[in-house]
Amino acid sequence: MLSNDQVQHIAKLARLGLKEGESGKFSKQLNDILGYVDMLKEVDTEKIEPTSQVTGLENVSRKDEVERFSNREELLACTELPVERDQIKVKPVITF
Amino acid sequence: MLASLTLEEAAEGLRNKKFSSTELTREINARIAKLNPGLNAYVTLTEESALKQAAAIDERFAKGESLSSLAGIPVGLKDIFNTKGVRTTCCSNIIRDFVPPYNATVVDKLEEAGMVLVGKTNMDEFACGGSTEHSCFGVTKNPWDISRVAGGSSGGSAAAVAADLAYYALGTDTGGSIRQPASLCGVVGLKVTYGRVSRSGVTAMASSWDTIGPFGKTVRDTAMILQTIAGKDRRDATTPSAPVPDYTKNIGDSIKGLKIGVPKEYFGEGIEPETEKIVREALKQYEKLGATVKEVTLPYTKYAVAVYYVAMPAELSANLARFDGIRYGSKPKAVAKDMIDYYYQTRSEGFGDEIKRRIMIGTYVLSAGYYDAYYRKAQKVRTLIIQDFENAFKDVDVLMAPVSPFPAFKIGAKKDDPLAMYLADVFTIPVSCAGVPAISLPCGFASGEGGKKLPVGLQIIGPQFSEDLLFKVGGAYEQATEWHKQKPGLA
Repeated sequence: MLSNDQVQHIAKLARLGLKEGESGKFSKQLNDILGYVDMLKEVDTEKIEPTSQVTGLENVSRKDEVERFSNREELLACTELPVERDQIKVKPVITF
Repeated sequence: MLASLTLEEAAEGLRNKKFSSTELTREINARIAKLNPGLNAYVTLTEESALKQAAAIDERFAKGESLSSLAGIPVGLKDIFNTKGVRTTCCSNIIRDFVPPYNATVVDKLEEAGMVLVGKTNMDEFACGGSTEHSCFGVTKNPWDISRVAGGSSGGSAAAVAADLAYYALGTDTGGSIRQPASLCGVVGLKVTYGRVSRSGVTAMASSWDTIGPFGKTVRDTAMILQTIAGKDRRDATTPSAPVPDYTKNIGDSIKGLKIGVPKEYFGEGIEPETEKIVREALKQYEKLGATVKEVTLPYTKYAVAVYYVAMPAELSANLARFDGIRYGSKPKAVAKDMIDYYYQTRSEGFGDEIKRRIMIGTYVLSAGYYDAYYRKAQKVRTLIIQDFENAFKDVDVLMAPVSPFPAFKIGAKKDDPLAMYLADVFTIPVSCAGVPAISLPCGFASGEGGKKLPVGLQIIGPQFSEDLLFKVGGAYEQATEWHKQKPGLA
């Protein structure tokens, strides 16, 4: 069971700011979902390999060549933040 | 009426000079203007650029050029496909004003074929949902009964084709997001084999599950669309070099001797009796056409939804980590005090509740100490589900089942009960687990209140890369029945 505090912690790890009272709503819903998926425990998977790719492709590679598909102005136009010398200006990451 | 033509008929009419692409486009634009305010199938309209694209195609036809069968035919694209210069939002507030600087590979392919894009269609936010209720632009209404959902997540694409607001549309199917809305709206929808169509430039949801596919009015239309968009793409390493066959070649061939398996787990608890009856009638029709039908078992079916709701949120939470409001997307309303506060505010304001739930589940199941118990465990059970399908296909050519346990449900009925919404995908998710293709075909109508008819879909599932077989098998049913010709009673 996830407590409200654990939900707050998970939200923080995921960089989601929860509003007042939201952790209570979400903890019930998340517990319903986790309770449901608990049924996986009853399956014996000891000798079973996990699947992460379903069509069996392995080690697909190609030459690492630089290719320009958008120009700088078009890419910088995507941000709402101030742009200075072709760089996006953000808040300080480390504060003292 | 021009709008009610199939893609095939529209393509033929363009070649016989019965009408021009400009006329088709004007007709669709006008119909959208009239009906979209009530249905909310489109979230962005591109009337002007569509007319320009149509005029260019008309000119090329006039010069006698030989063009693709899709040339000049109005299309709607789910708002998850990057379209250069046309707003692409994933129906999320976090990128509500995003205008992509490049096209998805499939959009490039359609452009090369002579695309006339009339608009971007509604969807659940980041393709997460089964009803289009989780869209920042509001729900899409079902053209057969506007008090009901059109399904999801590609609900706008399905409703647009059903209401003749486009001749065809594209969507994405991760756990059922093409098949289920196709079924609920009474159109043809195809989930392709994982990797058959490039996902480059289409916002990722759950990367080991995501597929891209067409909605059409007929099986042949759907085959024509896949012909144009399928194949290897150097920008998507999951597209194999498996050859792309001629998808329309076998449509119309006899299916005598076809071996159909009916998985008993798909007719158990939870399916509405009327839906079951309609699907079983379709199986009888196949017997009349010379196929044999036998019951088979896919014993791990009941675990598929659980596998999906561990693995999918895990992959989704990683994919959506890039939405931080910096390189693109909306910045928060209030002034953030530092960078981490900026992230909290951006993501809290930008994402809807369903996305927050899934990101939190994903973050939890991937966190230290829980990875083996949840994510790795789910990937192992996924292997067992794949083996179920492999075993079944040793014995039968295709599997047939319902798409959804019930027809379109009322708007609001499941919105605040995530688990009930998830269980609506109980017959589509196992197929996604195995990465095999499946087509949803109109196969009858359940009765709604007030004499309203609610479409029911038949799901035909084949082995990996057997899309050509699905078209042949689906085409045989379509030739023998009239369900696909029925239209919702829209003015």
